[in-house]
Amino acid sequence: MRIFKNVKNTFVPYPQILIPRSSSLIPDKLYHNMKDKQKKGLFQPELIRAALWQSVVKLDPRQMFRNPVMFTVEIGTAIMLVVTILSMQTGADTALMGHPGYNFVVFLLLLLTVLFANFAEAFAEARGKAQAESLRKTRKDTPAKKLGNDGNISIISSSALRRGDQFVCEAGDIIPTDGEITDGLATIDESAITGESAPVIREAGGDKSSVTGGTKVLSDRIVVTVSVQPGESFLDKMIALVEGASRQKTPNEIALTILLAGFTIVFVIVCVTLKPFADYAHTPISIAAYVSLFVCLIPTTIGGLLSAIGIAGMDRALRANVITKSGKAVETAGDLDVLLLDKTGTITIGNRKATHFYPAAGVKEADFIRYAALSSLADETPEGKSIVELAGKEATQGLSIDGARMIKFTAETRSSGVDFPDGMRIRKGAFDAIRNLATQAGNDLPAATETQVSDIAKQGGTPLVVALNEKVMGVIELQDIIKPGIRERFERLRRMGVKTVMVTGDNPLTAKYIANVAGVDDFIAEAKPEDKMNYIRAEQEQGKLVAMMGDGTNDAPALAQADVGVAMNSGTQAAKEAGNMVDLDNDPTKLIEIVEIGKQLLMTRGTLTTFSIANDVAKYFAIVPALFMASIPALQHLNIMRLYSPESAILSAVIFNALIIPALIPLALKGVEYKPIGASALLRRNLFIYGLGGVVVPFLGIKLIDLLVMMFI
Amino acid sequence: MNTEITGILAAFFITLVLAWPLGRYIAKVYGGERTWTDPILGPIEQLFFRVSGIDTSREMGWKEHLKALLTINMLWFLMTMFILMNMAWLPLNPDGNPSMTPDLAFNTTISFVVNCNLQHYSGETGLSYLGQIWLMFLHFVSAASGMAAAAVLFNALKERQTKTLGNFYNYFLKSNTRILLPISIVVTLFLMFNGTPMTFEGKDTIVGLQGDTVQVSRGPVAAFVAIKHVGTNGGGFYGANSAHPLENPNYFTALVQMVAQFIIPLAMVFAFGFYLKRRKLAMMVFGVMTGGFLMLVIPNIIFEMKGNPAFTTMGVDQSLGAMEGKEIRFGAGLSAYWSILTTVISTGSVNAMHDSTMPLSGMNELLAMMVNGFYGGVGVGLLNFFIYLIIAVFIAGLMVGRTPELMGKKVEAREVKIAMLTALLSPLLIMGGTALAAWMQVKDPTLPWLNNPGFHGFSEMLYEMTSANANNGSGFEGLGDNNPFWNIATGFVLLLGRFIPIIGPVAIAGLLASKKYIPESAGTLKTDTATFGMMVFSVIAILTALSYFPALALGPIAEYFSL
Repeated sequence: MRIFKNVKNTFVPYPQILIPRSSSLIPDKLYHNMKDKQKKGLFQPELIRAALWQSVVKLDPRQMFRNPVMFTVEIGTAIMLVVTILSMQTGADTALMGHPGYNFVVFLLLLLTVLFANFAEAFAEARGKAQAESLRKTRKDTPAKKLGNDGNISIISSSALRRGDQFVCEAGDIIPTDGEITDGLATIDESAITGESAPVIREAGGDKSSVTGGTKVLSDRIVVTVSVQPGESFLDKMIALVEGASRQKTPNEIALTILLAGFTIVFVIVCVTLKPFADYAHTPISIAAYVSLFVCLIPTTIGGLLSAIGIAGMDRALRANVITKSGKAVETAGDLDVLLLDKTGTITIGNRKATHFYPAAGVKEADFIRYAALSSLADETPEGKSIVELAGKEATQGLSIDGARMIKFTAETRSSGVDFPDGMRIRKGAFDAIRNLATQAGNDLPAATETQVSDIAKQGGTPLVVALNEKVMGVIELQDIIKPGIRERFERLRRMGVKTVMVTGDNPLTAKYIANVAGVDDFIAEAKPEDKMNYIRAEQEQGKLVAMMGDGTNDAPALAQADVGVAMNSGTQAAKEAGNMVDLDNDPTKLIEIVEIGKQLLMTRGTLTTFSIANDVAKYFAIVPALFMASIPALQHLNIMRLYSPESAILSAVIFNALIIPALIPLALKGVEYKPIGASALLRRNLFIYGLGGVVVPFLGIKLIDLLVMMFI
Repeated sequence: MNTEITGILAAFFITLVLAWPLGRYIAKVYGGERTWTDPILGPIEQLFFRVSGIDTSREMGWKEHLKALLTINMLWFLMTMFILMNMAWLPLNPDGNPSMTPDLAFNTTISFVVNCNLQHYSGETGLSYLGQIWLMFLHFVSAASGMAAAAVLFNALKERQTKTLGNFYNYFLKSNTRILLPISIVVTLFLMFNGTPMTFEGKDTIVGLQGDTVQVSRGPVAAFVAIKHVGTNGGGFYGANSAHPLENPNYFTALVQMVAQFIIPLAMVFAFGFYLKRRKLAMMVFGVMTGGFLMLVIPNIIFEMKGNPAFTTMGVDQSLGAMEGKEIRFGAGLSAYWSILTTVISTGSVNAMHDSTMPLSGMNELLAMMVNGFYGGVGVGLLNFFIYLIIAVFIAGLMVGRTPELMGKKVEAREVKIAMLTALLSPLLIMGGTALAAWMQVKDPTLPWLNNPGFHGFSEMLYEMTSANANNGSGFEGLGDNNPFWNIATGFVLLLGRFIPIIGPVAIAGLLASKKYIPESAGTLKTDTATFGMMVFSVIAILTALSYFPALALGPIAEYFSL
């Protein structure tokens, strides 16, 4: 049995690994990638070309049917096509059929509206796919050293590996596919997927046994069991999600679609009843005008952009290096109430550091420091190193442990130390372990030391007692180092309405101290694996949505229970299967970004819906007077935009309606910015920008377009 | 200050001051708490329950509630049809009035069962006293049905997860005995002492100043008029409704009747806050409703008091305002206030002819009924408002990046679907009905419906359908509506316009109640704020404007610009 489960403590080839990445820092490489992309702009030509073709393919009514709003526009387009042909054949310019040329223009504009909406969806798909493909590219057809049952190694293509196969990787090899290490330990460069240049350690048996295809083995030799069938990796699943074949509408998307369908029906009623109304008022209205009015009124803006928004949400998650297994998970993330975070590695740097030496009564401080340093010179753990560091160069100069025997830490003795040839024995370890050692040897325990120990614990530190020849010499204080900036992040989460809970194996005293310093809302001390599960259940009982991050097999049930379970890519296969997201960066604070992405997704839907519906006010003022001005001159007072003619008014409204879709594609893809300013303030802000803006913008837009259209009529 | 304005302000503020304690009392009644009426009315209720074998401790789910509501309404429908079609030979008919034709009986029955009271007849000649008393009974029970449905909504929105929402019969009976009956008795006394008849004797004969003999219809008028207002029913004893000098003798009775019809709709909003201990939320609802009410009523008061500009150009003195179709004892200002009051809260009683109000006043009366949730009828007003609330909370929730929640319950696809279907119904019935009428009129211009062709005739048809859908019951009385088309068409509009907007909200409430209660967090969108109030108001305004703009443009707006 290994004593230190935490691989970081056993062997540390690269000191960088100890430096935690703050989640706000996007991994270097990826960051550069993103910058490159930003240079190219949102609209890359090759993506646009792909999307253009797709937007024509998507005209297939069977596909359009999924989007009721745009489907009705397509029907309107078809009607206008028939009307155009009929009016051309008869050549008669009747009141109902209208002028052939005018009909044709309306037909074209409606077709354009549908195409724009299709383009938005196709373009979002293309972007998502491109992003996923660029990740997948790393793992295409690398040679794999397959381990046969007889122990022979054969070289095959990675695509020929099946689940359950075993392969071998040695220093310099690219890992051919996802799997779990069944034997050995290796340092691995995962920069291909995470963008993080510092290598990580993966080893058999622990919670860090997973390897990802496309990453590179830097040292040692490992045997890996393939965990996925070809084409079934998380990335493959995500690409399928983005592509639309397996993309399902999320519950929220369904609800919004119903709302939009409802509005569409209202406008069906408005337009159908307008016919008898107009007859009563002795006003002839052409079919083109009816269809135009209808298309302008129904919420085509949000209807056309709805699926693009959903895809863009998943895409944004992917850009943050998070693979989501469903669109719903992203949506749920926006609603999270509680976040469960492991203390170690998330809130604290993961290693404790020595901060103070407290010599016992009658022991000179310099002596104590010397003993402490001697006991730690050969100690490769970060704690040991930090003791030497704290002792300082002066104290450690000239110290030698040549010929001394190292006593390793074991779970039974709970102490480590050195035995010198001259008979000097130094031990350092947990308080009760050293106390036993001292009392067994018949030595008294200094009372001051005991209070010192409890004082340190109260302040969140870990006391390490040092004994020389079974006599207590003093206490070293180890402190957890809280990650810089973590407090502000929790503060931000709090303003978003998310409660943070720290999970730690520490005793309640220590846990409370760290919880206070880090600014978490709650903590679970002396946590056993099942405690997480129970906590999640208890919160869910109260209707809260809970997220957690985990990597171990024993985290799997809790990951599955949590509403959003983010598994680290380095975690076990069981953990990855249980969660609904996989974080390629293995960054525990990533949840904060995920929450924001979820909120952005919902906000973008909400604001564009508001904008779309608010637009109708101006469209009414353009079209209704246009329809009736000729026969009811009194109604020209409603033409407050002073549009040129009935024809130009209707055309301008239809053109505006079509153009607003591509104009809003960037917003749909980037998402509306989330600000943690409180829900009411956010509502005020968005209501002002998208509600009031939605009323005002089309008045200006339609008037401007009318000024242009005027020149051609 | 102008005394007309003072009168209006008094009417509004007296109601407000009285509605607050009444709201607290109503909350207690529905909450099953002790009230001062327990010793008097408790035993009577117990007697009812014992005789009918109803166990009030048995709680019902939302479907059971609706089943109970629809069943008793169905029974009333059958009984009313029988009485109206046979009154001629049934007792209590001193004036010898005839029975109703089947289509008129159908319309009247539905109209009274659904708390609308569209009256295609005149009470003086069209009903016996038995008919009148039976309709008075419907005044009570139809109002109580709506209030009981609102009580179910209250119960469903409590902070818990449940499938059972109290006992319908309990809510229903208590709405009658504890709320409608006591207030009606007080109002009846006020009216009786001011000269409104309360008798079972037939017509009286008086000799006028010129020496000619006039037959004056009498009857149990005071009681009838009291509950017609308290229950926001609106169906008058006389054809001229509250413009009739016996139904509404003076300015004081007008004031009493305005307070009487307004008080329960207002008190229900406050009761909502007291019952759920969400007074701030109730204030938000009150704020939105009052904002909408003022935006409709203030222009009307101005239009009517300013008079008809066409007359002004002719040199006619307009200092009294637009007096066509108004009673001199009430004046233009009070009549304008009444015209919006009676349309926002679905009473539909009138003290002046809405047909004669200025075009934009007519539009505001229409808008008041199209929204039908600025206060709204007793109980059902809140139910209508609840639908707007669901839609607003859904869009607003998305706008702040959270799955929408209302009072700790998640609003999801099913609720949105029901809310949207319910919201769709009004445009469908109003626009569809008017379109049908317009189409028939175009097909056969000889139809004798319209006395005013053109824009105003269109407004009359639109008004009739809107009034039917809103279960309001007032009319642009220029329309010839006692014929099979209007009787049957409005009959169906009434039925759907009544029950779907009860079924929808109660179903949503039931679904929400069965969901897990989520305590508020910092990320929750607060619904009891002015910001959210703005949101709800915008939803109501936009939804109404988008649904009805073309129809209004062809009716009142075209008429206004042609004036």
